[in-house]
Amino acid sequence: MSIKIINEKCVGCKLCVRTCPFGAIELVNKKAVIDLHKCTLCGACIESCKFDAIVLTKINPTDMPFPKKFDEYKGVWVFCEQKKGVVQSVAYELLGKGRELADTLGVELCGVLLGENVKGEAQKVIHRGVNKVYLVDEAALKHYQDEPYSKVLIQLIKEHKPEIVLCGASSIGRSLISRVAIGIHAGLTADCTGLDIDIKERLLLQTRPAFGGNIMATIICPNHRPQMSTVRHKVMKEAVENKHYKGKIIEKSYDAKIYYSRTRLHDVVEEIEETVNLTEANVIVSGGRGMQSPENFKLIEDLAKSLGGAVGASRAAVDSGWKTYSHQVGQTGKTVCPKIYIACGISGQIQHLVGMQSSEIIVAINKDPHAPIFTVATYGIVGDLFEVLPELTRRFKEALKR
Amino acid sequence: MNIIVCIKQVPDTTNVRIDPETNTLVRSGVQSIVNPFDMYAIEEGVRLKEKFGGTVTIITMGPPQAEEALREAISLGADGAILISDRAFAGSDTWATSYTLSRAIQKIGKFDIIICGKQAIDGDTAQVGPGIAAFLDMPQITFVKKIEDIKDSLMRSERMTEEGYDIVESPLPCLITVVKEINEPRLPSLKGKLRAKKAEIKKLEAKDLDADPDLLGLKGSPTKVVKIFTPSPRKGGQILEGEVKDVSEKLVELLKSEIC
Repeated sequence: MSIKIINEKCVGCKLCVRTCPFGAIELVNKKAVIDLHKCTLCGACIESCKFDAIVLTKINPTDMPFPKKFDEYKGVWVFCEQKKGVVQSVAYELLGKGRELADTLGVELCGVLLGENVKGEAQKVIHRGVNKVYLVDEAALKHYQDEPYSKVLIQLIKEHKPEIVLCGASSIGRSLISRVAIGIHAGLTADCTGLDIDIKERLLLQTRPAFGGNIMATIICPNHRPQMSTVRHKVMKEAVENKHYKGKIIEKSYDAKIYYSRTRLHDVVEEIEETVNLTEANVIVSGGRGMQSPENFKLIEDLAKSLGGAVGASRAAVDSGWKTYSHQVGQTGKTVCPKIYIACGISGQIQHLVGMQSSEIIVAINKDPHAPIFTVATYGIVGDLFEVLPELTRRFKEALKR
Repeated sequence: MNIIVCIKQVPDTTNVRIDPETNTLVRSGVQSIVNPFDMYAIEEGVRLKEKFGGTVTIITMGPPQAEEALREAISLGADGAILISDRAFAGSDTWATSYTLSRAIQKIGKFDIIICGKQAIDGDTAQVGPGIAAFLDMPQITFVKKIEDIKDSLMRSERMTEEGYDIVESPLPCLITVVKEINEPRLPSLKGKLRAKKAEIKKLEAKDLDADPDLLGLKGSPTKVVKIFTPSPRKGGQILEGEVKDVSEKLVELLKSEIC
């Protein structure tokens, strides 16, 4: 890819200079000049230019340097992450998308399940509509560990050659799949929000947000197989369960060597919180600086409880020590996309917005009518949250009979 | 104990505002900063050095101006810094970046721990740390929130998970990626700032690495960007007006059917 300015068309209006997220464009002699050292080819300037004076030459997938045929690579795989012997819902969401992709390509959809005593779970995966489950049932795979899991998955991919591998963008998924992609020289795209097929080229079109969600990029992997993507929890819709679905369980076992891990898992500690896991929650009630003190978070907790939701916090609240880091939503915390996100006393700085703006419904409660949070809110309440929150809690309790 | 910390220079989004009229980002005057997660990586490296002795070497791959990021790391207590910069690296995806960094690390020689931030805020992939570990065939512990102890070449760490944390032990050398909870980064000292100003930044180009040129930069990147577009902005919301009890009632009405 390359980028250039057509000097004849550039009028020196500076729109692109202001737009560039990387400060890579300067005006020299009234013409825009791109510093290619700083430019990341993100394309933001192209949209800003009203005179079509900036051209980004894109790579044409058909004239890539090493065209290879990948006829032997067939099928869509979903890595079915399990914890404590239970397949996680993100896997079922990927199976929903995976079915669509497999049908478009006219190939099989397969699940991959690693664990100990998880044959029953393999059957559940079949009920979500896969043709096959590759199962490796071993004591050494009971809990996730980087090395045995990545070695086994690499081995399975080498043996069976899927064309697409999908994996949840969870802490396990991200640690595992990055290692696997290196091991088999595959392309990997993180946090895809859209997956589609270019049927002519049999390419997976992976769309993901970049630069805090302000730019979307579509990414392909033309010369390597499999094409691998991670997808966050709750982005795709779960595959429907049907107990009549039939599929094959293919049990694999390997030499003890493959299960060897240099790291040792000593303990799995679950922190018992008053509320549920943030990334799993359908409803999140978050508090920010406007809560004023840790005691006032009780109001947030009460509302969350009445809605059966989780408690989140802005960075300001976490940095003040009002809530622990595991509650932090935003750029340096967690990215969440619940059905309903209620932001209380959160002004809505960009770092917070990037962590929650893909929520389905956003409710903002803030006393400042100019707070940026209102620009992303579906419903806004300008008011004193110490009055609004208790009232909301009471009414939701009543309405939902909790 | 020899520690390598991998950092990245990223655009600072702290001062980015949203234009209330157009609902888009105001990008003017965006500065470059050290990726926030890498600040925790630098701090942890310096703390380990202070406890166990040894050196902290900072490396970054990026354009020439990424040197500023390296100087900042030195002002915070790192001993040396290496800038891996070459036009041949331009357009690297996470595969090619992991490859290039791993080749550079092999050039550095002996080390005990590699520390990376859990992810960079501009790409958000969290793939490069494990990628380096894979290329160097090293054990890894991702999302570390606490190093409990290092004894007899064994490191015991707490790895953050969705539900809590795992306690994982790894032999050295090992690569870890760190989350915000691990420490509170210090501010640079005056002495540190002076040292950073004078420090010599070592530079590595493509020809200095024992790397296959076909695996570098855009050419070595399995993934290619084919389209970039601006997402449609979130629809303007509805402000509920009235007395507290009225707006509360309205909101409950609006949301009731969504919660079950």
